[in-house]
Amino acid sequence: MSLKRIDLLICCGSGCVSAGALKIKERFHEVLKEKGMENEINIIETGCMGPCDYGPVMVIYPEGIFYKTVTPEDVSEIVEEHFIKGRPVARLMLSDDERTFSVQKEVPFYQKQIKVALANCGYIDPESLDEYIATGGYEALGTALTEMTPQDVIDVMKAAGLRGRGGGGFPAHIKWQMVHNIQDNEKYIICNGDEGDPGAFMDRSLLEGDPHRILEGMMIAAYAIGASQGFFYIRAEYPLAITRIRDAIEQARGLGLMGKNIFGTDFNFEVEVRTGAGAFVCGEEMALIHSIEGERGNPTPKPPYPATQGLWGKPTVVNNVETLANIPTIMVKGAEWFNTMGTQTSKGTKVFAITGDIRNTGLVEVPMGITLRELIFDVGGGMVGEGKFKAVQLGGPSGGCLTVEHLDVPVDYESLKERGAMMGSGGLIVMNDEKCMVNVAKFFMEFCVEESCGKCSPCRIGLKQMYEILDRITKGQGKEGDIEELQRLGESVKMLSLCGLGQTAPNPVLSTIRYFRDEYESHIRDHSCSTKVCLDLMNFNIDKSRCIGCSLCARKCPTNCITGSREEKYVIHQLECIKCGNCYDVCPVNAIDKIPGMHPEMKEYRAKLQAQKDLDD
Amino acid sequence: MYKKICSKYEPTKDNLIHILHEIQDTHPQHYISDEAVEEVSKYLNLPTNHIYGVLTFYSMYSTTPRGKNIIRLCESPPCYIKGSENILRKLKVLLGVETGETSKDGLFTLELSACLGVCGNAPVMMINEDVYGDLTEEKVEEIIEKYRRAQ
Repeated sequence: MSLKRIDLLICCGSGCVSAGALKIKERFHEVLKEKGMENEINIIETGCMGPCDYGPVMVIYPEGIFYKTVTPEDVSEIVEEHFIKGRPVARLMLSDDERTFSVQKEVPFYQKQIKVALANCGYIDPESLDEYIATGGYEALGTALTEMTPQDVIDVMKAAGLRGRGGGGFPAHIKWQMVHNIQDNEKYIICNGDEGDPGAFMDRSLLEGDPHRILEGMMIAAYAIGASQGFFYIRAEYPLAITRIRDAIEQARGLGLMGKNIFGTDFNFEVEVRTGAGAFVCGEEMALIHSIEGERGNPTPKPPYPATQGLWGKPTVVNNVETLANIPTIMVKGAEWFNTMGTQTSKGTKVFAITGDIRNTGLVEVPMGITLRELIFDVGGGMVGEGKFKAVQLGGPSGGCLTVEHLDVPVDYESLKERGAMMGSGGLIVMNDEKCMVNVAKFFMEFCVEESCGKCSPCRIGLKQMYEILDRITKGQGKEGDIEELQRLGESVKMLSLCGLGQTAPNPVLSTIRYFRDEYESHIRDHSCSTKVCLDLMNFNIDKSRCIGCSLCARKCPTNCITGSREEKYVIHQLECIKCGNCYDVCPVNAIDKIPGMHPEMKEYRAKLQAQKDLDD
Repeated sequence: MYKKICSKYEPTKDNLIHILHEIQDTHPQHYISDEAVEEVSKYLNLPTNHIYGVLTFYSMYSTTPRGKNIIRLCESPPCYIKGSENILRKLKVLLGVETGETSKDGLFTLELSACLGVCGNAPVMMINEDVYGDLTEEKVEEIIEKYRRAQ
């Protein structure tokens, strides 16, 4: 292998690939070949670097120069200017109003981040076992197998206080200890890669970006609990993650890191990859276990817990991808080091997927206890566009909304739970003041209604009822008492549902009622949606003083509900208007306003209909 | 054909999901026929009702024929916030179908997905195994055109 003077790391996470990273890689190969420089530059395809919004991104070592939104057309310039003449291309660097950030570590997005689980993501080639080993990979497994007893390993995890990163936050060592203590010659370890939470994609990025780390974490866990068979359960929506893990397993086997007598010890381990087939509920551990067994992914009552009766009735530990990703580093650096990060009850770091109306969407890893303000405004770069920060949804459809007043809340398991949100898997959906919270709650509820497996009635029927009430409210048919009914239903569903899906599904509704009750009230009482999102509760109106009578709106109206003339100007006949917004989009002089609230004509019409209906009844 | 696929796997119940995936992926119309269910039932020694139970539980399986390319548009909240509704409308117009339907030329089936996990580049869709992010109406048009030309 020849020594190359430049390492070019191209992010090939799904985000950057969808933005064309592979084309850029091809282009680099072409240009370097033309210039006869193939032996000087090392092109490495890495996992996700984090800032998905700026994709495709790349980092060029030795300097660590960071380029964003690179296009195939930029490649020649990078080669010519940067690689040949040594002058990095400033226009491809990230910049704000004041300065340009040339080097990756200067970029504000990375400054408050501490990468533990993501340490290798975006830094090594995920398809290369050599690169993983070069960064210290499999050292932790070697140490554990050759120098520690399984109990020693569990003790380290206990001292570290690592809690499950998939949502519940259950301490990992307790599950391990339980299974470790059971005498049985068949035990299983399962990696839960069924990341279904909308807005969360850290597990995918980890599986794609650093598969060996997850495999190593799993093997350490297997050793600790006494399992010799493991399963990866990965959702079928992630084909690349599935391929990468399968390849990693084969590579490990090739090197004797999988199979019999690993590291010359008595430890034997085999692992298989199982895929989902599109069911959110399979992220729940019992449902997941049934899915592996070839059943419908229905949850079953707990206890018995998987630790005592899991896969095929045998003791089983189910750990989330990110939880496993932390283990090798904890084993190498020690529990004390892990404890230097985080809060009293939530140790270490957490990976968050930041999405929504925020400048730097993407994947970040920050120490637990960081405030939402730092996370959203420093790491996330603040809001994108004109809109102001309104709310953040933490933990996907199982979590809750927090508002401006919570920006200084530290992000840890307990603080979030107290305020009606939850850590969940770490999805963070940031919303600006153009979002209607009733509509958002309805949207999450719709998701849960669709994904409910239907086994237990509180979840199957209760969520549907909640959805129907929300739907009525957003259509201007809300009644007094609806809010209280939603709360009553929500509490019942939470209390009575069988599994985590139902137990948390009412959270978005309950938390938006808690913090945005006035929006619910104005929808119900005033038939008005202040953000103009709910179409039945807003109207379009032409301001005659601004209208120039060009007739463009009338011509574009699909229901022909706009009439008028150049002299008379134009009007919208409210009863026929379907609120498609075409007129608003085409008006050359912006004479059309979106007005919150139901139009008086419409109100009158609906009242008449209702009166007629009452009479008929 | 189904027998051949089955025989790649051990005849145990836990391989059912794998077998169904492979049958569906290799069928030109991306679905699992009654005949396939019968065959799997014999091979795994499972009643057909169990197989239909599993088949209809998971959203990615289809019991009706579908198009050559499966479009799965993400309908998750991050994508919704970034305008997936407009993308859906555009796709419906371009393909002349409603959600769940197959275009007349048999090239595309339009489906929705709960979350594709590429939220940093919302709105997102997947066509077969390829992900397309940061979608705009213009981009969607180009992508569909690309698949049509590939015919």
